[in-house]
This record gives sequence, C-alpha cells and structure tokens, in this order.
Amino acid sequence: MPFLSLKFNLQKRVKLAQGLWMLYWLAVIVGIILFSLGIFFKIELRKRSEIMDNNESHLVPNLLILVGMLSCGLNAFGGKLCHDSLDPQKFSKMKPMLRPYMLLCCGFNVLLLLLVLLSFLMQFAVYLTLAEGLKNAIRFYKDTDTPGRCFMKRTLDMTQIEFRCCGNNNFRDWFEVQWISNRYLDMSNDVVKDRVLSNVEGKYLMDSVPFSCCNPGSPRPCIQHHLTNNSAHYDYDHRTEELNIWNRGCRQAVFSYYSGIMNSIGALLIFTIVLEAGDVAGLKYLSTALETMADPENPECESEGWLLEKGFKETLADLLSKVKTFGRANQVEEGGASPDADAT
Amino acid sequence: MALLKMKFSQQRRVRLAQGLWLLSWLAVMCGAFIFCLGVYLKIELLRRDEVMEDTDIHAVPNLLMLVGLASIGANWVASRVCQDSLDASRFPRWKVLLLGWYAVAVLLCCLLLAVVVLSYALQGRLEESLKVGLRNGIRFYKDTDVPGRCFQKETIDRLQMEFRCCGNNNFKDWFEIQWVSNRYLDFTSQEVKDRIRSNVDGRYLLDGVPFSCCNPASPRPCLQNQLTDSRAHYNYEYQSEELNLYSRGCRQALTDYYMGLMNSTGPGVLSVILIQLSVLLSMRYLQTAVDGAMALESPEGESEGYILEKDVKATYAEVKAKALDLLKFAQVDPASEVAGAEEGEKAAEASAKAATTAA
Repeated sequence: MPFLSLKFNLQKRVKLAQGLWMLYWLAVIVGIILFSLGIFFKIELRKRSEIMDNNESHLVPNLLILVGMLSCGLNAFGGKLCHDSLDPQKFSKMKPMLRPYMLLCCGFNVLLLLLVLLSFLMQFAVYLTLAEGLKNAIRFYKDTDTPGRCFMKRTLDMTQIEFRCCGNNNFRDWFEVQWISNRYLDMSNDVVKDRVLSNVEGKYLMDSVPFSCCNPGSPRPCIQHHLTNNSAHYDYDHRTEELNIWNRGCRQAVFSYYSGIMNSIGALLIFTIVLEAGDVAGLKYLSTALETMADPENPECESEGWLLEKGFKETLADLLSKVKTFGRANQVEEGGASPDADAT
Repeated sequence: MALLKMKFSQQRRVRLAQGLWLLSWLAVMCGAFIFCLGVYLKIELLRRDEVMEDTDIHAVPNLLMLVGLASIGANWVASRVCQDSLDASRFPRWKVLLLGWYAVAVLLCCLLLAVVVLSYALQGRLEESLKVGLRNGIRFYKDTDVPGRCFQKETIDRLQMEFRCCGNNNFKDWFEIQWVSNRYLDFTSQEVKDRIRSNVDGRYLLDGVPFSCCNPASPRPCLQNQLTDSRAHYNYEYQSEELNLYSRGCRQALTDYYMGLMNSTGPGVLSVILIQLSVLLSMRYLQTAVDGAMALESPEGESEGYILEKDVKATYAEVKAKALDLLKFAQVDPASEVAGAEEGEKAAEASAKAATTAA
C-alpha cells in the first residue's frame, strides 16, 4: 500500500512538471539571496572585528556562502531534470541519476537544519566576544601611538556615534580607565599629580566621557566632564539628567544589531528547508508517476505517483533490517553453506 | 530622394518589429530607472530641507520624475505599435497617433538634455541657498525651547557628524554667535558677566565649538573650548593643530555631496537619451517599411524604409508651406478681392494707354 499515492493523467503530469520547474527556479533565486546574505554578514563582522578583539567566529557566514552556492547548483540541476522529464527518451537517460540526486537533496536539507541551529546558537558566542572585545577597546582607547592599536580610538568613537551607545555596560565604564594618554597630561600640574596619586595603579581617572558619548538630541550643549559633580555646571543634576549622553551600553546595542541579522538568516533558512522539502516531494511524485505508466508508448495513459513505495512503518522496518544485515555481511557465507548442504 | 533609405524584405521587417519590441521594453525599464533616480534625488534633498533656504534645485528631480513617467507611457505605446505592426488590419489605426508620438519622443530627449544642463547651472543657486540656511541653523542652534526651532540643534549636530564638517565656511563661524542658551548660563558668575559685557550686543561669545565638530580620527581626546589659547591646553599649538576638529565647512561638504550625486547620474541619463533616440529612429523605419509593404500588390514583398520622404531641404520647404497655408487660411478672401481690384485697375490703365497710343 503506497504512502500518500495520487492518480495522474497526462495533463496532471505536465502541470506537475511545470509547477516543479518554477519551484526549482524559485529555490535557485533563494540560493542566490542566501549567498549574498552570507557575504553581507561576513563584511559586517569584518568591519567591527576591532571591537571584537579580531577573535570573532566566521563559521556562520562561511557556511551560508557554501550553502548558497550548493543550493544554486542543486536546484538548477533539478530544474533541468523537470524540463527533460516529459520527453521519454531523455527521461530514460536520467532515471539512474534520480535516486542519488534525491538522497543528495535530503542530505542538503539536513545541512540546512544544522545551519539554522548554528545561527541561533552562535549568538551566545558573539555576545561573549563583544563583551571581551569592548572591554579591551576601552582600555586601549588612549594608545593612539602604539602600532596595532592606533585606530582603536577612531573605531570606538565611530561605533559609539553610529550605535548611539556609551561604554561597555553604560557610561561609568569610562570612569574606571585612563582614556587620556600621558602625552597630553601636564605632569607638573598639581591637579594632575593629585589624581594620579589618588589610586593604587597611578592612573589618571576622571568622571568624564569622550565626546562620542554625547547625545545630539539633548536641548543643552553636551556636558562631558565632571559628570557626577552637580555644582560644576549650572542647573545640572546628574541623577535626573537623561538626555545629555547615551544611556545604552555598546555591548547591548551592537549585539542586538548582530542578533537581528542572525535571526533573519535563521528565518530565511527555515523557509528554504520547507521549499527544498517541497521540491524533493514533487520530484518523487513526478518520477514515480512517469515510471508506473502502464503503457510506455501511449503518453495519454494514467499512472500512479507516491512518496514511499510501501507504507511508512514498513519502509522504516525495511531500512532497519538493511542496516542490521549491513553489519552481518561477513557472516553471510556460513549461513549460506548449510542450505546448500541440505539441498544436496 | 529620401533620407537614409533602406530596403526591407518581409523577414527583415519581422526582425525589425521584434527587435523594436525588445528595445521599447528596455526603454520602459530605462524610464522606470529615471523615475526612481528622480525620487531618490528628491528624497535626499528633502532630508536636508531644514538647512536650505529655497527650493530652486528641486527642479532637477521634479523634471526627472516627470520625464520618467512620460517615458514609461510613450515606450509602452511603442511596444503596442510593434505588436500590431505586422498585422495589416490593426496597424492603420496607429497612423494618426504616430506623428504625435514622434513629437513626444523628441520632447522627452530635449527635456533629459535640459536636466543635465540644469544640474550644472543650478549649482550656484544651491550654494547660496545652503549659505543662508546654514547661517540660520547656526544662529538658532541654542533655541531648543522655541517652538518651530527646537530641533535645529539636533539637525545641525547630526549634519556636522554625518558630513564631517564644522560651521558654515569653517569652525570660526561658531565663535561669532552665542550657541549656549541663556538658560544654562550662571549670570552671577564673574566670567559670564565679563564675556557678556565684552561685546555690543550682550551675547555670550566663546572661542569654543559644539561636540559635533570633533574629529574622531584625532589621536588626542577632543579639545572643544578655548581653542585660540595655546596655553590653555598642554602640548597644544592652535596654529598647527589640524586633526582636532573637522576643517571643512558644511556648505562646501553639502554642495560637493549633491554635485557628486548629480554628476554620477549624468552618464545614466545620457545613455537613456541614446536608447530613446534609437527607439524613435527604428519606429520611423518600421512605420515607413510597413506602410510601403501595405501599398504593394503582394504584401510579402520588399519595401523601402526611410526617415524622411524627401531630403531635409525639401521637407523643410514643404512643412513651411503647410504652416504658412494654415496661417493664411483666414486671410484668403480679402487678399483675392484686393488682387482682383488691382488687376482691374491695371487693365484699365493698359487699355487707357492703348487708347492714347492708338489715338
């Protein structure tokens, strides 16, 4: 009793082949979209690799690029199969290729499923890399004369301006590091000497933030220095002041950007899995419908198409027994010898 | 002697019709492209609306959008004509329309050329408009509590950060106006009182700039205040400091940006003009070839296609004569009466002369 069988006459077979051809080409376009999305994601990761310690994992975009190319190739071949299937000569040439092709498509679907899981799980890795990277970036902000770190200041300033954020968790992260280089500090000045001596490590710490933390939407010109000292500025209360500098931390801001990209990649991949499954099912129906034609010379005859030759449970049992006998290949000869002996 | 005559067999006519059908659909795409270009340019200009005083420059995107829509319509009509051209029963109804279509196509090409010329010619107006708009923007920077101007500060800050510029001509524009609102000034402080008394208008002027002028590429944390005083900051020399703030003025930055946008669309517009012209010429050839074929006894035979039936001078003379005829239509009767009276007079004179000579 075949699983989910349907009857097909000539018109239905032709319609199925045409519909399947269009589905395959839609899948090719989706493959191209996946490829470009992979390249886009890779470029976005490279752009901000400096605030991620150059340590970020490119696994998801690389796999996405590979999957995009594979999808284009497989689905273009599938489209060609559909196009040739209604011509009996070409179909008989293609018949041996059908079974390995469908197995390849199923394997590809498993790869897509793996990639969906990865794109949701790798977000944790991105979060942790960002946390570590931003901490280091804030520490090295002042080292504009150290080779290898001279652009850290510019990168961090541009990141804070673009993502409208300040510091790692919030703006107080800037109070804990020295972000002004010693080259610009007058060490003979008493104020400077007091600040440097006031902490164990001899760092020049201030309750100030860089200009890139400023919020342009504030009605007041930006207050960057002496942020916790209410008397340093006229009509200023640091507890109630909200619009002066950005409140959000950069880790949260940059992470939600990348998380958005990875979630949309996951959603598109799920759509691709559904599309591919539909394609394989359609191809199975088409190939079985063409194979079971009662009279191969007469194209008008009816035929039957199905997904599985026997029922679902029977196919599963068959597979299991095949797997079991696969392991017992060496023991076949012993069992075979006795029936021969009995026969003689 | 026809202009640029070519012979067309039936097969060549079919090929011409097919090729022209494809070309006219390509021209429809180009029309859509021109329309989208116009929309994009208009949106970019509207985004910076607040720092522009007048809207003369909007003529360029408006014209682009108009031409784009007209081009889509005209080339769609051309593709319909191609589809009907090989069917002898359906082609004649397009005959009247085609003259008008040629006029529209030539007008579209001229308008596109005008757009290219305008985009260069209006550069001066754009600069003037930006100069006034930016000057006002900087003056009203502090008025974040005045309705209608409360977002001026945010607009100018974002503009300076995005275009990497400071002030109108350069950063010194900020020294000449009060950009800190009185709400945030402590009038009991001696320093504030000194500054206000130091100038006639009683304004609080500083040699400082807003934070949005800061250049992130500077190796040193940004210096915003006391810029002209080299002693106010350690290891700072006012004359030689280059990277601290943006050195470009916003008027220059915005003008460069918009001119760059319009120049980069120049080649696209010129290629659309070429495509439109080729559609026009091919349509004329198709029309004359099909007309010639329909006039023959055997419609499958060869016919001639040309651009003008006679050469340029003869066609011009014909068109001029037709136009003058149309103009003189109202004046025909009085002119013939006068001519008749003159003839009568001349005849009388001649007969009188003859009489006198005879006598």
